[in-house]
Amino acid sequence: MSYRVHVRVMPRTGLLDPQGQAVEHALAALGFAGAGDVRVGRAIELELAADSPAEAESEARRMCERLLANPVTEDFELEVEAR
Amino acid sequence: MAEVMLGTATAEAVALAGEPAITPELVREHNLTVAEYERILELLGRVPTLTELGVFSALWSEHCSYKHSRPILRTFPTTGPQVVQGPGENAGVLRLPDGWAVAFKVESHNHPSAVEPYQGAATGVGGILRDVFTMGARPVALLNSLRFGPLDVPRNRYLFAGVVRGVGDYGNCVGIPTLGGEVAFAPGYTGNPLVNAMCVGLLRAGDLIRARAEGTGNVLLTVGARTGRDGIHGASFASEELSAASEARRPQVQVGDPFTEKLLLEASLELITSGLIVAIQDMGAAGLTSSSAEMAARGGVGVEIDTGLVPTRESGMTPYEILLSESQERMLVVAEPARVDEISAVCARWELTATPIGRVTDDGIFRVTHHGTVVAAIPGQRLVDDCPVYHPEARESEEVRARRTMAAPAVEIGPEEALARLLGTPNLASKRWVYEQYDSTVQAATVIAPGGDAGVIMVPGTEFGLAVTLDCNARLLALDPYEGGKAAVAEAARNIACTGARPLGITDCLNFGNPEKPEVFFQFREACRGISDACRAFGTPVTGGNVSFYNESPTGAIDPTPTIGMVGVLERAADRVGSHFAEPGDRICILGVTVGRLGGSAYWAELVDFVGGAPAPVDLEAERRLQELLVAAARDGLLRSAHDCSEGGLAVALAEAAMGASYAEHPLGAAADLTGYGDGIAPDALLFGEDGARAVVSLAEGALGALAELAARHGVPLFRAGAVGSAGGALSIVAGGRTLTWDTRHLRRTWLDAIPRRMRHADLDRTTGA
Amino acid sequence: MSRRVAVVRFPGSNCDADALRAAQLVGAEADYVWHRDTSLGGADVVILPGGFSYGDYLRSGAIARFSPIMAAVRSHADAGGAVLGICNGFQILCEAHLLPGALMRNAGLSFVSRPVPVTVERTTTPFTSAYAPGARLTLPVAHGEGRFAATVDVARMLEAEGRVVLRYAKGDPAAEPGNPNGSAHDIAGISNAEGNVVGIMPHPERVVSPLLGSDEGLGFFTSFMAAGTATPPMESMSR
Repeated sequence: MSYRVHVRVMPRTGLLDPQGQAVEHALAALGFAGAGDVRVGRAIELELAADSPAEAESEARRMCERLLANPVTEDFELEVEAR
Repeated sequence: MAEVMLGTATAEAVALAGEPAITPELVREHNLTVAEYERILELLGRVPTLTELGVFSALWSEHCSYKHSRPILRTFPTTGPQVVQGPGENAGVLRLPDGWAVAFKVESHNHPSAVEPYQGAATGVGGILRDVFTMGARPVALLNSLRFGPLDVPRNRYLFAGVVRGVGDYGNCVGIPTLGGEVAFAPGYTGNPLVNAMCVGLLRAGDLIRARAEGTGNVLLTVGARTGRDGIHGASFASEELSAASEARRPQVQVGDPFTEKLLLEASLELITSGLIVAIQDMGAAGLTSSSAEMAARGGVGVEIDTGLVPTRESGMTPYEILLSESQERMLVVAEPARVDEISAVCARWELTATPIGRVTDDGIFRVTHHGTVVAAIPGQRLVDDCPVYHPEARESEEVRARRTMAAPAVEIGPEEALARLLGTPNLASKRWVYEQYDSTVQAATVIAPGGDAGVIMVPGTEFGLAVTLDCNARLLALDPYEGGKAAVAEAARNIACTGARPLGITDCLNFGNPEKPEVFFQFREACRGISDACRAFGTPVTGGNVSFYNESPTGAIDPTPTIGMVGVLERAADRVGSHFAEPGDRICILGVTVGRLGGSAYWAELVDFVGGAPAPVDLEAERRLQELLVAAARDGLLRSAHDCSEGGLAVALAEAAMGASYAEHPLGAAADLTGYGDGIAPDALLFGEDGARAVVSLAEGALGALAELAARHGVPLFRAGAVGSAGGALSIVAGGRTLTWDTRHLRRTWLDAIPRRMRHADLDRTTGA
Repeated sequence: MSRRVAVVRFPGSNCDADALRAAQLVGAEADYVWHRDTSLGGADVVILPGGFSYGDYLRSGAIARFSPIMAAVRSHADAGGAVLGICNGFQILCEAHLLPGALMRNAGLSFVSRPVPVTVERTTTPFTSAYAPGARLTLPVAHGEGRFAATVDVARMLEAEGRVVLRYAKGDPAAEPGNPNGSAHDIAGISNAEGNVVGIMPHPERVVSPLLGSDEGLGFFTSFMAAGTATPPMESMSR
């Protein structure tokens, strides 16, 4: 089976996010007064062969822990979608 | 101790609701000894609140109090006609020509970099920049000294890559050229990487500002980033009451924001030069606590801070957290109340906020309130000064003593292969892979970029130039800390002098293991003695620096590594001398004497994995004469190149000069004949021995007579060794009656590729292996 | 004759002083203009300097293009006035659509700071007229996001209209490849059709005296000094 894995990597809660802060200021300067608590992360998508959704998820989790996210500074979320 | 601790705090400071009781465990978790805690009880006359315990823990930490090093640091020479500001401020300041002055300092960020290399290194650069611009100086150069375990260990590659990227991204964004430094690899740094960052700034001597709180009723303001739970000393969180706290309340990695730093730099300099403020200090280690307590103690005043007024990034932060947060890019400013509006306006222009959080008082008390409750009230001067001072036992390790007299295993390869292999080791290879990631030409003042002996910048609007370097050969210190300490200063001074600049003074970053071990404290004491003796001999006072102890991990301790940051002045920047042979046919001379000592050499360490033998003793007089000769020869315009001869000896120095500058289109090659120089010395000792007080220079044939005369006048032996070759030419050295030949194009490729080829997949190395 | 130069300072600009000094060195009357200003103060020439405007968070130049001063820069450019974007300034000009294409992360994924050989391909601009066509220069680059990227059509148009101003040249065959960042067509700098708006990644302002290694960058500044006061469109190219 093939799965599409969507990974969302975000700066860890509580950590300073200079990018988010700069974007927030810029949005305010452009008149988007309602925007707040902006955080900037990154998205990664990949195709993964696995026998079950559970296996795909655990495999993807290992990818995140080892490479895709830095556990010291980042949190991640994943979503596995059957193809 | 248990009985005394059962009491509750007096009315002078009140524990907040839900705060844990002060128990021996809690005291221990704050890294305070029983004796230290008893001194706190005596000093307060009561049990401290949790907030106070945190404050003492921070200020009495090794990092802030120098409790193991202070008596030794006092022995450094710190005075001289050039000294404007010696140790004790955010940075040292030395006088330059034309009413200018240079502020400079080096600091370590070792532990944070071991945990998170990118942010650890980035915030290290941020901190040292702030130390310099809070003196009123505009940062004009960065340097860094980096040490890692060997690159065949994946984790070391990951740390190296992350640190270099972190250093680069931060300095590049703020717009400060990185002009030099060093990178070295040795087993002791596995698990204990060293990241020492140095910043050099220029100021008009009249703009100097000191971090001294003055004037009862003056206002304390924070400027810059909000305060989060970054880097808070983990101890308190281990207590029972707080262990149930959410994930988000755990201490956090400090994240650097170089963009805010750049704004803070511009705003701070504007505040200082416009005379709007009384004092300013970075909130560095131990954050608001150390910056406010130290500024108050220097000014002999008290301060009162309301932590409820400090802008925070997260809600619900306790006074303890606010006082000890190490969030980056924050400043503490002291100003007259009437100036607050103007200060806010300057900050607003730079998109920053300035927030009043307290005031200067006349009662000498360091007082903290939180929404009206006094949570800490400590006699301020005693808080800073009464930290116990230790005089640990010092004893040389028997193992080191034995290693000095041990015989080296035979090197089975000949000198031709030896040189090629040495240039292919990460320690001796070109560091271009590193410094290409650093902007080295921003500010448009770079006269000598990284890759030479020392970096040189010009000072726009003046004739003079400034030379900067950061050096240490830890292998020599591991074998003989006294001679190694001298050698570190001597090498720095030679590097400065090779560019034609006169050494002015130093800052030092003293990286050692656990000082409570007699063997480590011996290394520390002896290294400092060596540094002192060398600085006295050269007239280059110590203007400050930093001590980093406890660089040990389960895999071992580091070699003693006191990195020496030195600045020098070139009366005319146009007189600067490069390191590499520049013109075909120029004459090559060796200045100084070779005895051929291989103790502690790269030759033995890299080729037969032997760190042993006695390092060459450092002849400080010969070093000083050589420095003076190099400066005089540059001033007289005699030299076309000058290169320090140190790690790897004469062969490596000749090869480096012959391979050409980092971006030279062609190596020039050279033909050197050592017949008549060091006769009777075994060829490998002659070529690879690491005696000090030597340099390889090149010059036009017509200048030879003048240089010989100048050398004689300075008492420096000069040997005419040969001539520079032509484009693509070979390197040949006649030694011991044999002619050795190398293809310089091949050597250059080996030398340039040694690090990149090991680092190709470094990003994947985070979790593979140790 | 005197020329007035405005160097725009954004929060995070860090080559502003360097550009100002280089302009003053050739005799221009150079001043800073703040990003919040709305007027260029009658400048003949506008320089958007290098740096990390707004930290270059999000995308390089993405936030700076919305600064109040950018409306004035656009009017100045539309009226045929000379505009030079260096490094981050080039990125801002692309984000503001005053120049086509975009500057993306270097192919090597690392910041790269080194001297690179370039050739001057278009000399009919107010910043390159002092150079001979095809002149070879060595200029420093220092950027993490300098890989010029454009659609095939845009790249073809730039070539067909002669709008490539600077191109990375091959160095010595034994040395590194000349292109430091993987730019399409080895492009180091381009202009708009009229030639009055120029964006380049290398930093000529850093090599304006032999003491700094060379003065090969000086021509970017002497060019506009020689260009005359009226600054007519240098050349009209039809699409």
